[in-house]
Amino acid sequence: MAGHATKQIDAKTLWGGKMSPFSTSYGKLMMWFFLVSDALTFGGLLMAYGFTRHATDQAWPIGEETFNSLPFLGHGYPLIYVALMTFILIVSSVTMVLAVEAGHRMDRRGVTKWMIATIIGGFFFVGSQAWEWYHFIHGSEFGKIELADGSQAIVKGHFGDIENFEITKAGHHYKEGGKLIEGKSDKDKKIYGLEEGELMHMYQHAAADGHIVYNKETGASTITLHDGSEAKISKERNEHLELIVKKKGKDFKVNQKIEGAKAEKMYEEVIGSGEKNRVIYGANLQQNEYGPQQYAQFFFFITGFHGFHVFSGVIINILILMMVLKGTIHRRGHYEMVEKTGLYWHFVDLVWVFVFTFFYLI
Amino acid sequence: MIRDDIYEYSLDAHHDEETGKKIRRKIWIVTLVLTVITGAEVFMGAIIKQGDTWSWFFTKWAFVIMTIFKAFFIVMTFMHLGDERKGLRYVILVPYILFILYLMFICLWEGKAVGASWPATYAG
Repeated sequence: MAGHATKQIDAKTLWGGKMSPFSTSYGKLMMWFFLVSDALTFGGLLMAYGFTRHATDQAWPIGEETFNSLPFLGHGYPLIYVALMTFILIVSSVTMVLAVEAGHRMDRRGVTKWMIATIIGGFFFVGSQAWEWYHFIHGSEFGKIELADGSQAIVKGHFGDIENFEITKAGHHYKEGGKLIEGKSDKDKKIYGLEEGELMHMYQHAAADGHIVYNKETGASTITLHDGSEAKISKERNEHLELIVKKKGKDFKVNQKIEGAKAEKMYEEVIGSGEKNRVIYGANLQQNEYGPQQYAQFFFFITGFHGFHVFSGVIINILILMMVLKGTIHRRGHYEMVEKTGLYWHFVDLVWVFVFTFFYLI
Repeated sequence: MIRDDIYEYSLDAHHDEETGKKIRRKIWIVTLVLTVITGAEVFMGAIIKQGDTWSWFFTKWAFVIMTIFKAFFIVMTFMHLGDERKGLRYVILVPYILFILYLMFICLWEGKAVGASWPATYAG
């Protein structure tokens, strides 16, 4: 914002010329140049993402299918969480611009108040992103399965609860006739108490490693546990299953859907195939439940790089806030420092607007 | 005596309470606009299914346009680029927009060609 001169500045220390280019200070212009170069980095990353998406012959993950969970509430809330994250970042951008405005009135209390609000918003956003990552890495209850024809499908529906594992063959740790239940152990080692979610954890591990065997005739499944013991799985039936093909095989095409009893039977057969890597849970740098492997790589890199920007923005804001509290900036007679960090902070918001569209919406 | 090694220019842009009120009003209006657009985007994203349909085609482009709209408000109002000199505005925006348009064209076009030439070997 060009205003009236309030102070004389030695030409040598700043620009050396007779005019300041564009009537801005050196620092502000350099911040703009930095932001343009940083925007090119993000632009390049998003372009690479677009390139990969156009080059693949697999179905690309759909935002509202992949990100449909809320903390404490479970699944079935498409895009709500990421919308909340976006809103938090927009609000923190607003509080930042209010801090800048207060700075223009030399209102030190106002600057302090709004900067604290901005920092809180920044922390909330980084925390939300951590939750999002955790969820993305952890994956769904069903995982992505590889069907008999070589195609790959994701699974939607209701996952039946796992009740217990009943040991049928003893291993190093568990004795025959014992039961693994989530809850407390009893004294004579008939019931092995586990923590909540542990049965599911063991089930998924065994399924991914090919340690579950499904008996087509009886419809029962047995699981081989870590210690070598074998157990019978008591589990409620999965219901309303829908398999959506994401990678084509001999029989199925991309985006083909398989529903009903057929889907339930196919799912059980894959989980209980006794073969390794027929089911994938969650995403990391080696495997990705949601779609092509590159999607996970781009997700981690782009949202990670953005999250790193947010985090460093929060740190910079804290440093500037400390200077404001000490009165260092007030004594300078202007709050340009707040304006410059503000530019960076808004830029982070700006990048997120694009990441949000291209990762979650389209 | 006039010294020519000292120049005056503004490091700061002070304004009074009166102007501040106007600026704050503008900030809150932009906040409302951004929130409403984001809400609309999420609503459309949750309702309209992806696929080879016309409705998805229009939705997709609507998303892009709404995003650029949001970006415009953030850059012009929050980052104060709208209040800077015209020259600065163009120095920042024009090279960037030109380069990104070129990159977009080349990457998406090439992506399609690569996908068609080596099916199943890319993104496997």
